[in-house]
Amino acid sequence: MKRSFLLYFLITIAGILLIGRLFQLQVLKGPDSSPLNNAAVKTVYEFPERGYVYDRNGILLVANQLSYDVMIIPNEVQPLDTLEFCGLLKIKKEYFKKKYATTNRYSPWLPSVFLKQLAKEDFAFLQEKLHKFKGFYIQKRSIRNYPIASAANVLGYISEVKESELRNNSKLQQGELIGTRGIEQSYDSVLRGIKGKKYLDRDRLNKVIGSFKNGTYDTIAQNGQDITLTIDSRLQQYGESLMAGKRGAIVAIEPSTGELLALVSAPTYDPNMMVGRQRAPNSVVLMDNKNLDKPMFDRGLQATYPPGSPFKLVNALIGLQEGAITPQTSVSCFGGYRYGSSKNSFQKCHCNIFGSGIMLNRAISRSCNSYFSSAYRSIINKPGNAKIGMDNWSEHVKSFGLGNYLGYDLPSGQPGLIPDGEYYDSRNKYKWGPTTNISNAIGQGEVSTTPIQLANVTAAIANKGYFYTPHVIKKINGNKISNPTYTTSKYTTIDTKYFSPIIEGMHEVFNTGTGANNKVEGISIVGKTGTSENYIKIDGIRKQLEDHSILIAFAPKDNPKIAIAVFVENGGYGSAIAAPITSLLIEKYLTNKITGNRRKRIEERMLNLSLKHIYEQKRVLPKTPLKH
Amino acid sequence: MRTEKNNIFIGIDWILVILYIALVGFGWMNIYAASATENSNGLFDLTTRYGKQLLWIGLSVPLIISILFINAKFYEKFASIFYLFSLLSLAGLFLFGKNINGATSWYSFGFMGLQPSEFAKAFTALAVAKLLSDKQYNLKLIKNQIKAFIIIFLPAFFIALQPDLGSVLVYLSFFFVLNREGLTLYYIIFGSLAIVLFLATLLFGPINIITGMFSVLTLLLFFFLKRNKSYLKYNWYKIVGVYAILALFIFSTSYTYDTLFEQHHRDRFDILLGISKDIKKTGYNTQQSLQAISSGGFTGKGYLQGDRTQGRFVPEQDTDYIFSAVGEEWGFIGSTFVIILFMLLLYRIIYLAETHKNKFGRIYGYGLASILFFHLVINIGMVIQLLPTVGIPLPFFSYGGSSLWGFTLLLFIFIKLDANKSYDW
Repeated sequence: MKRSFLLYFLITIAGILLIGRLFQLQVLKGPDSSPLNNAAVKTVYEFPERGYVYDRNGILLVANQLSYDVMIIPNEVQPLDTLEFCGLLKIKKEYFKKKYATTNRYSPWLPSVFLKQLAKEDFAFLQEKLHKFKGFYIQKRSIRNYPIASAANVLGYISEVKESELRNNSKLQQGELIGTRGIEQSYDSVLRGIKGKKYLDRDRLNKVIGSFKNGTYDTIAQNGQDITLTIDSRLQQYGESLMAGKRGAIVAIEPSTGELLALVSAPTYDPNMMVGRQRAPNSVVLMDNKNLDKPMFDRGLQATYPPGSPFKLVNALIGLQEGAITPQTSVSCFGGYRYGSSKNSFQKCHCNIFGSGIMLNRAISRSCNSYFSSAYRSIINKPGNAKIGMDNWSEHVKSFGLGNYLGYDLPSGQPGLIPDGEYYDSRNKYKWGPTTNISNAIGQGEVSTTPIQLANVTAAIANKGYFYTPHVIKKINGNKISNPTYTTSKYTTIDTKYFSPIIEGMHEVFNTGTGANNKVEGISIVGKTGTSENYIKIDGIRKQLEDHSILIAFAPKDNPKIAIAVFVENGGYGSAIAAPITSLLIEKYLTNKITGNRRKRIEERMLNLSLKHIYEQKRVLPKTPLKH
Repeated sequence: MRTEKNNIFIGIDWILVILYIALVGFGWMNIYAASATENSNGLFDLTTRYGKQLLWIGLSVPLIISILFINAKFYEKFASIFYLFSLLSLAGLFLFGKNINGATSWYSFGFMGLQPSEFAKAFTALAVAKLLSDKQYNLKLIKNQIKAFIIIFLPAFFIALQPDLGSVLVYLSFFFVLNREGLTLYYIIFGSLAIVLFLATLLFGPINIITGMFSVLTLLLFFFLKRNKSYLKYNWYKIVGVYAILALFIFSTSYTYDTLFEQHHRDRFDILLGISKDIKKTGYNTQQSLQAISSGGFTGKGYLQGDRTQGRFVPEQDTDYIFSAVGEEWGFIGSTFVIILFMLLLYRIIYLAETHKNKFGRIYGYGLASILFFHLVINIGMVIQLLPTVGIPLPFFSYGGSSLWGFTLLLFIFIKLDANKSYDW
């Protein structure tokens, strides 16, 4: 074989390969008709208007306003008068240099946001001169506008899509606004709409010379859909004003549907702070970890508190269901409950009914610790094995939606904690029993819940045994939602018949019991106060803080319209702050006004009450006597 | 006889000259298509790429005449001097060179720059031809092989330091020359195998490749040595050695790739092998180039009618990506025509080289053909995404004075040697 053969052979093979590949590219594949793959075609996006948001009564909560972004395509930028340009945009030269470099690094050929959300006046001025600056153009976008400065925690906000999300979602473009937090996040796909695209032919100098193939491939932007929330914005605003100066949460649910009527988290912020260019500096302040007010933290959904006395109701229901107690079971209280032989095995009680037998009804209205501790002990001991008893109890409690995420349609939340047998097995070296965790009887100890969970428990009691998963969505584009998650009832493990005695007892709370001062003429409020102990660790030492003021209630007693849970952090007795706030909210919601001088005085006191001095104190309080 | 010998046009191969003129002319037309702007002033506007290229083409005429005028023996005699000179000019870059786009490949003379690596190829070809044509020289000897390798890889080493990966690759083409002159084919076979194994390792991961290779090898051994068990007995260490070398190579490949390669090198391989798709940055050129070429279809859009070429959508289109302009405006017909022109040129060079009685001329011709062949395959392969993005020009086509003169020098030295072959005895 001649040695020259190799090179001849390779040249021929390579030639065939190259021509074959060209044949595949040019003849088999041929010209690509899709404008997406055509570089001579410029894609212009038309951003849809985001859907509006209304409250349950049709009041506009979220609208839109126009904003103008300056966009850049770095490799089309030609030498320019930087001084004039920076002057027009009111930016510094350093910003120009930095932004040019970063956008160029992202991609020299794709558009990036150069300066976002110009003021309208600046835009008008710039528009006339922009033709001088090649590679820059204006992108119109709609940003949010909140006619009522309320419910920021529910609404959430929109912000530019993050680089990381951009990589995972090819439909998003740099600088595009997507929902972050609240309903803006959970209903983003509904609200956002679909971008419109226009394909334009460009000539060799990048000038647009007409539409590509007469607009065959163009799409029109489809505006986002409007949504209606279950929130009653008047109730929401009223709740927010009552919570002014306090930390805590109000969650109000319509028991017959599971619709959230109000979801107040205090302190809150004006949603207009998170719009446009002021968002960045404002969010730094709002999200500052050192700020204990934590306005971005939705206390109604994310804060876990010991539920306190309202939890006694759940225990009573389980006791009835399990046959551990009957409505006639009588317990004598001697200022507390002794559950062991040692000196410390004594749980104080402040029901002030010394010695005489207490039955379920009074035990609820006077919040007797001894009664419920005794009941809890019977429940856990009933199967003869503490672990089985505990598991059984835990299962009942969880059927109220406690101890796990509820499944509502807002993106943030906490599961809280409902312990079971395994929980104590893993934490106790030695044998344990109901006396080990007797605090669970009165909603202290290991159990913890979020306000929305407790409001849901209230709704379940109001419905005598079932609830609907709480939700904020009412209508999408005018059509009532039909999502089965929100329209099918979920049953607790307690039979309907056991609810009546509990409700009777709760009714007494507002007649003769701990909530009697906040009785509302003509409305039968059914509720339960609570005062939960809480602690903070300072330098590793557990110290007790002022108690949380808690109340759950529903009204009216027959055919309940509203179920509510109120938490006021470090507000003291449940009857002191949570009870008046609850009663005011119920009165306002059911009658639309506050009637009578006594009630108006209470309203004024609550509106003006500020706990700032307590929050700022940070001093460690002496152990206060328990009042449940 | 004497007058004939002094006439510089006597004996030159007109087919090569015509192919040269066709390639340079057609190349310039495409440079014009890829660089003309509305407000340029005529063909000789020296602020434009096509204007400058026209000047480089014009200046290559005196270059050609000088090459043809010089006595053919001169190239052979002074090959080592030329070679040393080009080594010096490559080394000098590190002192006087200008850094453009991250590589120190240029001497800057104000109006124009010179890229010594484009000329070094011609001088290396001369040096290789000189070494191998020595009557005492026998490529079967390892000592002589090493000598040849040093001559080839010394300039490649300097170029690698610039760094200019593409031009370094071209030096591998000299293995064809060595093979023609008696170097065993194993070098090329094992080299190609190593490259295939390298790419396969990147694509499928070292573990898969090792398992695959080992099972195939074991199966082969089983079938071929079934009857010949004694071979195994006496040569087991060879087999173990092959396994070990394979494993070592595969693992060092993935090690080199992950730790020694720079990210932009990895990006290029990843895109070629389809591991990642990034049409925003690294893959953008190739993506645009592919779209321009396939949009040309069978007949092309017509000269100066390609909207992608005219819209300047393919970066570097007048230099390394010039073939995409051909593809878009001249279609399958035009691009096939260019490839066939190059193939004819290569066939003709090899054919002529084989007719040389003088070893020097033949070896030089082989060097020329191998270099052109590598440039052709690497450049067009990159533009149509058969090979990773390696920036080297398309001979005679791409914009650039150094590249044009470098290839002109290469080709016309051969034409001169060829014209003179009948006087060589």
